[in-house]
Amino acid sequence: MSDTSIVLRIIPVSYLSGLGLRRPHRMIERHVMAYRRQWLIVVSGFFEPLFYLLSMRAGVGDLVGDVSVAGRSVPYDAFVAPALMASSAMNGAIFDSTGNVLHRLKYARIYDAALATPMGPADVAVGEISWALIRGQIYAIGFLAVMAAMGLTESWWSLMALPVCALIGLTFASIGFLGTTYMRGWSDMEIVNTLMMPLFLFSATFFPISSYGGWAWVVQLSPLYHGVALVRACNAGVWTASLVVHALVLLVISVVMLAWGSRRIDRLLRR
Amino acid sequence: MPEPLIVARGLKKRFDDFEAVKGIDVEVQPGEVFGFLGPNGAGKSSTMRMIACVSPASEGTLRLFGMDPAVDGAKIRARIGVVPQLDTLDTELSVQENLWIYGRYFDLSRAECRRRATELLEFAQLTDRADSVVEHLSGGMKRRLSIARSLINEPELLLLDEPTTGLDPQARHVLWERLYRLKQQGVTQVLTTHYMDEAEQLCDRLVVMDQGLIVAEGSPRELIDQYSTREVLELRFGAGTNDQFGPQVVGIGDRFEVLPDRVLVYADDGEAALAEAHHRGLRPESALVRRSSLEDVFLLLTGRSLAD
Ligand SMILES: Nc1ncnc2c1ncn2[C@@H]1O[C@H](COP(=O)(O)OP(=O)(O)O)[C@@H](O)[C@H]1O
Ligand SMILES: [Mg+2]
Repeated sequence: MSDTSIVLRIIPVSYLSGLGLRRPHRMIERHVMAYRRQWLIVVSGFFEPLFYLLSMRAGVGDLVGDVSVAGRSVPYDAFVAPALMASSAMNGAIFDSTGNVLHRLKYARIYDAALATPMGPADVAVGEISWALIRGQIYAIGFLAVMAAMGLTESWWSLMALPVCALIGLTFASIGFLGTTYMRGWSDMEIVNTLMMPLFLFSATFFPISSYGGWAWVVQLSPLYHGVALVRACNAGVWTASLVVHALVLLVISVVMLAWGSRRIDRLLRR
Repeated sequence: MPEPLIVARGLKKRFDDFEAVKGIDVEVQPGEVFGFLGPNGAGKSSTMRMIACVSPASEGTLRLFGMDPAVDGAKIRARIGVVPQLDTLDTELSVQENLWIYGRYFDLSRAECRRRATELLEFAQLTDRADSVVEHLSGGMKRRLSIARSLINEPELLLLDEPTTGLDPQARHVLWERLYRLKQQGVTQVLTTHYMDEAEQLCDRLVVMDQGLIVAEGSPRELIDQYSTREVLELRFGAGTNDQFGPQVVGIGDRFEVLPDRVLVYADDGEAALAEAHHRGLRPESALVRRSSLEDVFLLLTGRSLAD
């Protein structure tokens, strides 16, 4: 079966169990063991979006003034904060599912060892993606706490941003994982860095989508854009039908990438 | 006769259009130590990976414990231990953590993992290195840890791909002794090696493998008896002159073989052969009579030496 025919599969659960999905949590257990001694590394990626937020509040916010969202006027830092929160979930998930997965896949050969046991390729893929998602979630929780402390959350609805960030983490971890299975070596990590920057800047993060004019459709291609829209809605407590579409986009991407990634691990390591 | 643990029929492994294993038949009985002896590239690891259910067979049938790896791979893997050719130890974990997490992959409880890890560290003589980082272990220690790790699920079948390659003689003997203990405990073992002494020491039965095919099968003794003479006379003439002396030994023993550095004369009575060589006026720089080994069997069967 070719990799692309996977995309047509619509029952990923039975597909994944065919690739041995039984104990993905063992991968997470392994990482908890490995990171016990270096938890600082896990936490460090959280600071980048935080520094952005601080700089927005200190300088840019004063220059830009208020922004109009869904007919309401909000201060610029309250506009940007949910987007940065979505970005931090993305960062956490991508960091882990690319560089760390590449290391474990090609150099540390962690998965070869696991696949000699009853663990299956889908256990590896789902376990790794879950771990990356958890990492993104840790950043998101920290970020939300800072937002609350800075008075940027508007109601208890803001807590809904956490499950949304888990979905964002899932999406990017699945994309990162699949992409990494195609990497030839460390030099390919440059591609990730090159893609992350425009994604971060052009996902309606710093400007409302209306300001992109005729280019709005390009923004809509970015998974982060859909995540940002969801987190913003949670923070504002404003619910519209379009949110279902945003969530579905992320969910479909995740499921397809996850099944495809499991297949790739099977192909790469069980040959 | 009990049901064989492993049965392979016409087993093949292809990588794209290259055939690494070209159709082999193998049966391994419970409690046996079975070897694949062959030079690099013979297809030993490819075969081992198929038996370990980490690499699908391209053709033929393979059954372990009566089960098909394509269907029950995870069930089979739960009952076997694997020591791959290259260590796949987790270098981000300590020695004992490597054992713990591996036990968890087999769904053992944490308490059981700790209990078995303590025992296995003792078995592998690594107790005092329990908290060391894996990277800092010597080659022999890593290999012992790999073997200890492969035993965490108390496997009925242990697969060892070149268990001692790259180790110094002392470390090899320690490992052989550990493997012998496992045999006494009734653990079936399948191992690959390109060391004939290792094969002779460890294996009850072995197959000689070359270029993806099995060229002979039997116990080390049977193979030597069948394919070689009882003794071998090794004559070393000066470097580069050995091939000139080949024709002059014709008829001394049953056969002879000219290698770059020596001439081998196969004869049941080596001393008599040496006397005959002297009688013919041959004056080698050195002469040695020894018993035939699996190396000689391999040389006869393939025309090449194992070390190639
Ligand atoms: N993953 C692979 N892809 C392509 N060729 C391979 C692969 N693994 C092994 N081979 C080839 O198959 C042949 C047999 O290799 P292997 O089974 O490792 O032999 P051995 O273990 O006896 O040295 C070699 O020629 C090797 O290059
Ligand atoms: Mg090999």
